[in-house]
Amino acid sequence: MRAEGGEEQHASFRRGLRLGLPFAAVGFFLSVSFGVLARQAGFSVAQASVTAMIVFAGSAQFAALSVVTAGGGIPAALTAGSLMNARFLAMGIALAPSLPGGPWRRAAQGQTVVDSSWALAHRGDGTFDRWLLFGTTLPQYVAWTLGSVVGAVSGDLLGDTDRLGLDAIYPVFFLSLLIAELRDRVSRRVALAGALVALALVPLAPPGIPILAASAVALVGVVRRAG
Amino acid sequence: MTLTYAQVWWLILGLAALTALIKAAGPVLLGGRALPPPVTRVIVLMAPTLLSALVVTSVLAAGRSWSVGAHTVGVAVAALMLWRRCPLVLSVLVAVLVTAGLRAL
Repeated sequence: MRAEGGEEQHASFRRGLRLGLPFAAVGFFLSVSFGVLARQAGFSVAQASVTAMIVFAGSAQFAALSVVTAGGGIPAALTAGSLMNARFLAMGIALAPSLPGGPWRRAAQGQTVVDSSWALAHRGDGTFDRWLLFGTTLPQYVAWTLGSVVGAVSGDLLGDTDRLGLDAIYPVFFLSLLIAELRDRVSRRVALAGALVALALVPLAPPGIPILAASAVALVGVVRRAG
Repeated sequence: MTLTYAQVWWLILGLAALTALIKAAGPVLLGGRALPPPVTRVIVLMAPTLLSALVVTSVLAAGRSWSVGAHTVGVAVAALMLWRRCPLVLSVLVAVLVTAGLRAL
């Protein structure tokens, strides 16, 4: 692992803060839509806000919420949310060699991973700039928390969020991260294959599973390139 | 929703605990060891596959069926904008406006 000077860490952290701002802005409105939807489903203002504060994982929150809104129970909602989160397992494994310290410190640093910060902190060679990661996540955490409070409080005023087109925010958010990842031909091919696998599995598997299964395509991509 | 007020709290706490465990698992179990190169290559490719799967399922699927809606069109327009290097915030704004506009028709 390369040695990190205090100044270099500081520069990475500040660069992360700057990079995180547009994602924080988008995340704010995404979290507003979560707050509104959670209130509509029957969450209290405190419950909708605390969810964003302590879960801080957009796709898991939306997945769990859609299950309970549809009449599902706690086990089904937790399963759906965790399947959405399963990608953090892969991201955490990738990040592990770039984190210093004992188990508790490493576990704490692992909590700062969100999709955008993980993707931006990736140096493109399998290693990660952890201070860039922390910096990118911080404004997003603040915006995510604020957004959910605003959404939860103003939910009754806004009414039907479908009408407002807020459900278009989430896919565009991930799309911008995807475009940054399409560095070469192999990554474009596995991205396309992953999309096809996920779509093919939609009618066959519960929500969350198609996304997880798509990640297996990455394995195939590497094996084929080696062979 | 069929959950009681107390059950919603249990759901929130459960989801927070599971999310924290999942995020901690990789960093704790792997220690400071570096991964073998083939594993690193898989991980490098995992980001584009997971992200593209997330995008297509959020735009073209509703629950367990394929579906196309106003937001599909809005996101497609934003995709073109992002591809042409428009800023993220502007692209999101256009996606929301196109989606809301189509639904208002």
